[in-house]
Amino acid sequence: MPTKKLPVGILGGKCKVLIQENKIMPNTYELVCGLEIHAELKTASKMFCGCKNDPFHAPQPNTYTCPVCLGMPGALPVANKKAIEWTIKLGLALGCKINLFSKFDRKHYFYPDLPKSYQISQYDIPFCYDGVVETSEGPVRITRIHLEEDTGKLLHRSVNGAEVSLIDFNRSSVPLIEIVSEPDIKTASQAKEYAKKLRQIIRYLDIADCDMEQGGMRLEANTSLRVVGEQGLPKYKVEVKNINSFRFLEQAIEFEMQRQAKLLDAGESIPQETRGYNATEGKTFSQRAKEDAADYRYFPDPDLPPIRFTQAQIDGFTADLPELPAAKAARWGREYQIEARFAEPLTAEKDEAAVFETLFSQAQTQKLDCNKLASSVYNKRITWPTAESIEKTLMEFAAQFKTDTVDTSQLEQAVEKVLAENPDVIEKFKAGNMQVLGFMMGQTMRQLGGIKPDPQLVRETIGKILKTK
Amino acid sequence: MTTQITLQQVQHVAQLANIPISDIQAQNFVGAFEETLGVIENLKEVDTSKIEPTHQVTGLENVMREDVVDEQHMFSQAEALANAKRTSSGYFVVPRILDND
Amino acid sequence: MTNTHTMTLAQYLKGVAEKQFSPTEVTQAIQAEISKVNTDLNIYLTENEQAVQETEAGSAQPLAGAAIAVKDNISTKGMRTTASSTVLDTFVPPYDATIMTKLKAAGMSIIGKTNLDAWAHGSSTETSQYGRTLNPRNPEHLPGGSSGGSAAAVAADTCIAAIGTETAGSIRQPAAWCGVVGLKPSYGRVSRSGVIAMASSTDSPGPITKTVEDAAILLNYMAGHDKYDGTTSPQSVPDYTQALGKSIKGLKVGLLYQDIAGLEVVNPHIQAAAKVLEELGAVVEPVAAMDPHYAISVYTVVQRGEVSSNLARFDGIRYGNDRSFFGDEAKRRIMLGTYTLSKGYADQYYTTAQKVRTAFMQDFQKLFSNYDVLISATSPSFAKKIGVSENAAMFGELEDMLLEPSSITGLPGINVPCFHDTTTNLFIGLNIMAPMWREDQVITVADAYEKATSWNTWRKV
Repeated sequence: MPTKKLPVGILGGKCKVLIQENKIMPNTYELVCGLEIHAELKTASKMFCGCKNDPFHAPQPNTYTCPVCLGMPGALPVANKKAIEWTIKLGLALGCKINLFSKFDRKHYFYPDLPKSYQISQYDIPFCYDGVVETSEGPVRITRIHLEEDTGKLLHRSVNGAEVSLIDFNRSSVPLIEIVSEPDIKTASQAKEYAKKLRQIIRYLDIADCDMEQGGMRLEANTSLRVVGEQGLPKYKVEVKNINSFRFLEQAIEFEMQRQAKLLDAGESIPQETRGYNATEGKTFSQRAKEDAADYRYFPDPDLPPIRFTQAQIDGFTADLPELPAAKAARWGREYQIEARFAEPLTAEKDEAAVFETLFSQAQTQKLDCNKLASSVYNKRITWPTAESIEKTLMEFAAQFKTDTVDTSQLEQAVEKVLAENPDVIEKFKAGNMQVLGFMMGQTMRQLGGIKPDPQLVRETIGKILKTK
Repeated sequence: MTTQITLQQVQHVAQLANIPISDIQAQNFVGAFEETLGVIENLKEVDTSKIEPTHQVTGLENVMREDVVDEQHMFSQAEALANAKRTSSGYFVVPRILDND
Repeated sequence: MTNTHTMTLAQYLKGVAEKQFSPTEVTQAIQAEISKVNTDLNIYLTENEQAVQETEAGSAQPLAGAAIAVKDNISTKGMRTTASSTVLDTFVPPYDATIMTKLKAAGMSIIGKTNLDAWAHGSSTETSQYGRTLNPRNPEHLPGGSSGGSAAAVAADTCIAAIGTETAGSIRQPAAWCGVVGLKPSYGRVSRSGVIAMASSTDSPGPITKTVEDAAILLNYMAGHDKYDGTTSPQSVPDYTQALGKSIKGLKVGLLYQDIAGLEVVNPHIQAAAKVLEELGAVVEPVAAMDPHYAISVYTVVQRGEVSSNLARFDGIRYGNDRSFFGDEAKRRIMLGTYTLSKGYADQYYTTAQKVRTAFMQDFQKLFSNYDVLISATSPSFAKKIGVSENAAMFGELEDMLLEPSSITGLPGINVPCFHDTTTNLFIGLNIMAPMWREDQVITVADAYEKATSWNTWRKV
């Protein structure tokens, strides 16, 4: 388990090389980072053929294949309509503009898991472009979202003593979206937040499971450092791949910042390369030099007629979008007076949020305090509500926060008694020490024994009496 | 004016295209390349400034399939593997490639 | 009937219907003929051992078990399919091309798989890695290509009819050289699914037959939208036999390429053919069209590019042998296509070529606003001598120059014999073209011409 080592600190969005073995490093750098995120869409069938799209649950390797996804001679792709519509919906959810005219292109490279030796992707006209995801550390702009097909899966094994790679094409041609961000990300934590938000939105749209462990969602970070104050993009870019959790994303970026800062301080130039992330060691490692000569020879796929949407169709997709987490949290604030610090985490998962919605709506009818209820749920001080247990949660909450009616004079007597036993309180209060109020609250409640008065009333009474002293 | 092609260019293209060629073949291809490029040189003579490229001649657009599984077109594992030179426990087999993806 | 193997498809269907003979005896007669000639002519790469059974099984269907020769770049389930390349030496497709599914359902019997230029790259069959096919009309000469095996199969009466594919001339040019009929449908009229892709944006499967009527019959069972080919047209398919036997009176015919150098041998015969059409009531005028030399360039760039992409999948992992098995011609084309699509060159070559392609489409649009059909020679020459294509990187393109403008624009066209040199026993072919989706128009004119002349050797029988 890697721990955060701290020659590099994260300070207000800047990465600063602080002190390392009593040596002061000269430069202060900031991170320049963009993410490329792939997610497999959960359509019933594959992107360009009618094979079953369920690679993680296939009973055997190479059982969900056909001429098209095996790249048999003569086989032709036909595009999955739903995958295209889902891509556009995601774009709309991220505030993207939509290319009304779009097309698929062939991207050529040779690899055993790529059956046609070209991947059907989108080159110069992606379905979506120019979107944005808001994070607590600022907006991250989306450059583009395009739709392509996944490759087969390789397993590295030893068979009869020979070192081989095994290929399973069940995943071949599964619809895959790629979401490319601008290099707007300034910290590792922002990268993590951005990626998590994206996953949240994708799940809200119910278009992908984003199972990170299985590779249903894959993260790549393009990282470089620039001296604080400098403008423009650094001359190099290090691409970090095989990151399969949000935590590892954060750690990998932090590791890279540290590694690159050291090199830059030593006056070395950083090579353009692709690095992998080893989660066990908490380190990135060089995979291959990014060839300048990477030449994919894109051209429009002659087998796939282009796609054209009307603005009316796009407007229809927009109207169909479900309420997204940010909008839901804001509405909970208006309707139920729930603070953002509770509303945001509680809207994170679509299905859970639906349960909470019912919970809050019923609580409101029963005139219960929804914000207090949200706080209890968020802090797990109450039975976690499920569709079946809403009633139970509400009763539990009502019981917890039930108050007894207290006679005003009984309450005043209790306060006076505490003051009499603790004469220094008045002095402290007059000196402006407000902490004594908490002490008074506790002591007064104790004086009352088994009675549970409304804390607000107690607080008011104490305040009133103290002011008369 | 014909385009000059170098042996190095031919070898680079062979690598891109994943085509194993011998030095002698590469040498021969230089001539074949130049012959072909000489013929297609005349494309420059056509004024293309005001025309869009045509990638498909049918004018078809929006040809898509519904998201339905087509079991009939799917192969059994045996059919999928039948033409492969090397298989093992239901997988296609290639010599070990670098584990970097 | 003694020579049942020389029958046209129409004669065969009539004979079967009238019970003059059994379908099985015809298929057996054809098999006997193949045994006689195939060793010398090298027409068939694979003979179907099940042909007789397939004939029996299909005898009650519309095609009555007719023995059809199939070009070996068309996937046939369970039957070796090589595209005449040793890369696919042992490849047995696990699925049928859509046109095979359709023709099988109509009751055809595959008599065998015919030779072609490897991967359909060429116009001679000389790039086949299984040896060249010889022209049955005169074995000193080539059959043309790439569907040379299918055209030769028809000319040698070793099938009732054949299926070929054309990317730029590959049906019509061998039909011309072998003195048979070859119909190239509009791009998108016939499914490419299962046809080993050469140039995806121009590949068009079609019939190669003894008569125009036979071509119309076969096209009826090949044409139509296919859910496995997104580039097939959804529009309905007419009954092409309805286009037969119609008058061409008043039809406007444009005569192309009279001013192109190198057509001295063929032009007099094309002009004679034009006269015949005039006598049949058509109005024929010579008309200028965009220079086909530009079409050679467009085709060369687009085809090489698409070839480099389409042949990338042959890596020897899932089927076939590895990439070292490609012959020189395929290697040349793959590499040239890779070059013209590569960084820094794609605009100069690929994009420019696609723009000039648009210019050809506009030119044809203009021509077809004035003419119903256009005619030209199919090939600039009689069938050439064997060996002539070797080491000529652009042999096919130059041979198919007159067909390339219509290929890159997707137009339908047909070859009908329009001259027979009785000394050499070689032929010249007339190419008739129509606007997109008007195969019926092409068939009407070709049928009228064929019936008005005696160049078709089966019509003399």
